[in-house]
Amino acid sequence: MKISVTVNGKKHDSDVEPRTLLVHYIRETLGLTGTNIGCDTSSCGACTIHVDGQSAKSCTMLAAQADGSTVTTIEGLAKGDTMHPMQQAFMENHGLQCGYCTPGMVMAAIGLLDENPNPSEEDVRIGLEGNLCRCTGYHNIVQSVLSCAGKK
Amino acid sequence: MGVTMGGSILGNRVLRKEDPRFLTVGGKYVDDLLDEALLKGAAHVTYARSSVAHAKVLSIDVSDTKNMPGVIAVYTAADLGLEATPNNFNPTVARTMLASTKVRYVGEPIVAIVSETREQGEDAAETVIVDYDILPAFTDMEEALASSTLIYEEAGSNAVFDSTALGNPDFTGDEFFKDCEVVVSEKINNQRVAPCPLEVRGSAVAWVDGRLFQWLSTQHAQGCRDVLAAVNGLEAGQLRVITPDVGGGFGAKIGTYPEEQLLGILSKKVGRALRWRETRSESMVALGHGRAQVQTVTIGGTKDGKVLAYRLHVLQDCGAWLDFGTILAPFMTRPMSSGVYAIPAIECRTTSIVTNTTPTVAYRGAGRPEATAAIERAMDLFALKLGMDPVDVRRKNLIPKFDQPHTTVIGQTYDVGDYEKSLDKVLEAANYKKLREEQAKRRASGDTKQLGIGISVYVEITGGVPPMGEEAKVEVLEDGRAIVYTGTSPHGQGHETSWAMLASEQTGIPMDKIDLVWGDTDLVPVGGGTMGSRSLQQGGAAVYEMSAQLVEKAKKVAAKLLEANEADIVLDKDNAAFHVVGTPAVSKTWADLAVAAKPDGGLVHGGTLTVEMPTFPFGAHIAVVEVDTETGKVRHLRHVACDDAGKVLNPLLLEGQIHGGVAQGTAQALLEEVRYDGDGNPITSNLADYAFISAAELPSIEVVHMETPTFVNALGAKGIGESGTIGSTPAVQSAVIDAVSHLGVSHINMPTTAERVWSAIQSAKK
Repeated sequence: MKISVTVNGKKHDSDVEPRTLLVHYIRETLGLTGTNIGCDTSSCGACTIHVDGQSAKSCTMLAAQADGSTVTTIEGLAKGDTMHPMQQAFMENHGLQCGYCTPGMVMAAIGLLDENPNPSEEDVRIGLEGNLCRCTGYHNIVQSVLSCAGKK
Repeated sequence: MGVTMGGSILGNRVLRKEDPRFLTVGGKYVDDLLDEALLKGAAHVTYARSSVAHAKVLSIDVSDTKNMPGVIAVYTAADLGLEATPNNFNPTVARTMLASTKVRYVGEPIVAIVSETREQGEDAAETVIVDYDILPAFTDMEEALASSTLIYEEAGSNAVFDSTALGNPDFTGDEFFKDCEVVVSEKINNQRVAPCPLEVRGSAVAWVDGRLFQWLSTQHAQGCRDVLAAVNGLEAGQLRVITPDVGGGFGAKIGTYPEEQLLGILSKKVGRALRWRETRSESMVALGHGRAQVQTVTIGGTKDGKVLAYRLHVLQDCGAWLDFGTILAPFMTRPMSSGVYAIPAIECRTTSIVTNTTPTVAYRGAGRPEATAAIERAMDLFALKLGMDPVDVRRKNLIPKFDQPHTTVIGQTYDVGDYEKSLDKVLEAANYKKLREEQAKRRASGDTKQLGIGISVYVEITGGVPPMGEEAKVEVLEDGRAIVYTGTSPHGQGHETSWAMLASEQTGIPMDKIDLVWGDTDLVPVGGGTMGSRSLQQGGAAVYEMSAQLVEKAKKVAAKLLEANEADIVLDKDNAAFHVVGTPAVSKTWADLAVAAKPDGGLVHGGTLTVEMPTFPFGAHIAVVEVDTETGKVRHLRHVACDDAGKVLNPLLLEGQIHGGVAQGTAQALLEEVRYDGDGNPITSNLADYAFISAAELPSIEVVHMETPTFVNALGAKGIGESGTIGSTPAVQSAVIDAVSHLGVSHINMPTTAERVWSAIQSAKK
C-alpha cells in the first residue's frame, strides 16, 4: 500500500506491505539505522521516535498508521553540528555507554520534558520506566534529563 | 573538558569521544550494516529451535519448509554432515551444532533455514515438524543428580565437572567445626539470571576469494576467530572477524555460539552472503545465562564473633552444555571463597551439573558475585545468631591492611588491600548510626514500613583470565594523527576515550587526533578482548607503555633531523613537538617525524605488555531498603558504594561502570530470575515476562571514592567493570532480610520479591 510520511523534514512516498512495522520501514526502507530494536514485546523502548510530536515506540505501530504523519528520529534532532540540548546533556553527564538504548532513550526523554518541563527525580524515573538500559544503571540518564530541564 | 595545560590528563573527568556519533546518528551495530558492499543481496538465516526440554529426536520433517515462500535452502545436522564435537571441559560430553539425535533444552537449534527475507525465514521455521520421544526434563540440579536418566549418556553422570577432580581436597568430617562454639548453616540460591544486553546476538558472513569475512557482535574477535576457523576448517589467516559497534555483552558475548559458527558453512553451501540476527525471545533462551548456583554455607566461630571455620559447597548449573558457566565455580568462586576475611580454615567444593536449561556462561562478575554472596550471607547469619551488629562481626574478621601480596588459606594471593577503610568510608557516608536509630524507632512503633540496612564488604579478582597481558600498537601518520591498535574490545566501556588519554599523555598528540582500532582480526590479529575487567590494567597499560616506547623511537628520528644527540632530544608535550634541550624554537612535529620515518617503515611501534598477576579490587556497599510488612513490597531507598579500583584514569567512566554494576547486582537481589516450569519450559522468555530492572526501581547511587593503587601495572589500576555488581547484590539482599529480621526471618532467597518477603514474614509468625 502507498503511504506518505515526512521523516526528519523530508517527505517520503513509499509502497509498503501492510504488515510492515514502522520501525522496519524507518530502518530498512529509509536506511535510518539510529533507531534500534531491542525486543519483540514493546518492552524496551530502544525504538522510541516522535510521531507528530509525541514519543512512540515504533515497533508498536504499522508503517501504514504513520501515513500522513510527521516523524522525527534521532538523526533528525541535531541542527547541523549543534546537538539538541538533550543530546548535549547525555554527552555531558555520561548518560550512555554501549549506545544501543540511547536513541530511544533520548527521544523518550525529550517527550518526557515536553509533557512535564519541570520534573522531579522520581518523575523522570517513572517517566522512563518503559525504556530499558543495561549499562548505565540509569543514574546518569536521570542526571542528563534533570540537567536538560535545568534542575542540576 | 578538564584538560590542564602542562599537567597530566590522567585522572580527569574527560567526556567521551565516541558520544557524538552515538547521540546523533546512532552506533553502527551488526544489523545496521546496510551499506556494506560485501553484504549486498545477503540472504537471511533463521533457526528452528527445540520446543521441548529433553527428548530423543525420532525424525525431522522439513518437506513443507523447503516449499515456503522465499526459502532458498533448509539444513539439518545430517544434511550438513555435522559430527558431535567433544566438550573442552569434559570430552565425554559431545553434541552437534544443530541437535540431531537428542534435544536438551528449549531453544536448542535444530534446523537452519536460508531465506530471502527475515520474515520469510520466521514463517518457514513454523513449518518444521520434529517427532520427539519425550524424556524427563531436569531444571533442578539436585533432581538431575539423583536421577538415572542422563542428559549426556556417555558422561555416565549428570555431574560433569568437580573441583576434586582438579586435585582440590574434598570435605573432611564434622571435626572441621570442632573448635567452634557457634555454627550456622544455610542453603542459598544464587539464582539463574539473563545477561540481557540491549543488542541481541547478530552476525553476517561473506566469502571473498576463499577467505571468510564474519561480522560479529562480540567481546573477543580474536578468540572467536580461532573457534570459527576450526569449525570452518580454515587457518586463522583465512578468516577475518570484524567487530562493529556492540550493544552490550556482559560476558555473554565472549565466546561464539553454534548459530554464529554455522554461518560460514551455510554461506558456502548457498553461495550467498548471509545475515543472522536473533529475536529477543530467541535470545532469552539461547544466549547464555548467568549465575545459577545453589550454595550450602556453614560457618562457625567463637561466641564473641571470631570466625574459625567456613565451608562452602557449590552446585553449579551448567545448563544443557558445558560452556564457561561450568568452570566458574571451581576457577572463580572457590579461589575467592575467603572474601575479605582472615578465616583460619576453609573448605570449598564445587560440583557442576548438567540440566535441561539454557547453557550458562560468564555474566558480569562471573563466579565472584557468587563467592561474595555466599560469604557475606554467612557473615550475616553468624552475626544474627550471635545477636551482634553485622558491622562488628565483619570488623572482627577482616584481613588487616596489606601492601605486600597476601595469601588466604584457600590459596589465593591478593595484591593490596585496605578493607576496613572502605567499610569505614561507607558507614560514614551512609550515616550508619543514624540509620540504625531510625530502624529501631520504626521497629519499636510497629510501623508497617520497616527499614532494612545491608552491608557487604568484598574483594574480587580482575584481569585473571589468560592471556595475562595485552597487545598495543601506536602509529603516527604523516598528517600528525595517531592510530592506536588494541587487543581489547570496547562495547560501552569508552576505550576510544581512555586509550586516547593514555596515548596523548605520553606523546602530547591531542586526544581528538588519536583514533582507535579494535576488533578487526586483520588489523589486530592478537588480542585478549574485553572480559573479566581486564581492559585498562592490561590493554590500557599496554597502550601507555607502547606509546612511551614510540616516543623513544621518535627521538632517534628527531635526533637525525635536528643533527643532535638522541639523549639531548626532548618532547614538548604541550606542543606535540621534539626539540634539542634548551632550543625549543627549532622543533620537529610528529608529522615531520612520520614523513622522515616513512622510508624506514614509518613511525610505528607495537608489542605485548605482560603482567605478573591479576589485581584484586575491593570495597564496601551499604543498601537501605524499606519493606512493607503487609505486602512484602521492597523499595530500594539508598545505595552507597565504595569501590576501590586503584588509581583512577577517568572518574566519569569509573562512576558509570559502578552505576551499571550496582543496577545489575540490585536486579539480581530484588527482581530478576530466569524461571522454568516443571517440564522445562521457560516462562521468562521475553522482556515482558523477565523482570529486567528499570529506572523506576532504583535510587540514585552514592559513589564514595577510594584509591589504593596496585603495584601490578604502571597505571596502578585495577578493574572496575564488575565491582558494582559484586558488592551490591549481597548488600541489597541483606537489607531486605534485615528489615524483617526482628520478625524472626533469617534468610530469604533472591530475588526478594514481594511474594517471597511476605511468605517469609508469614512463616516466621507460625
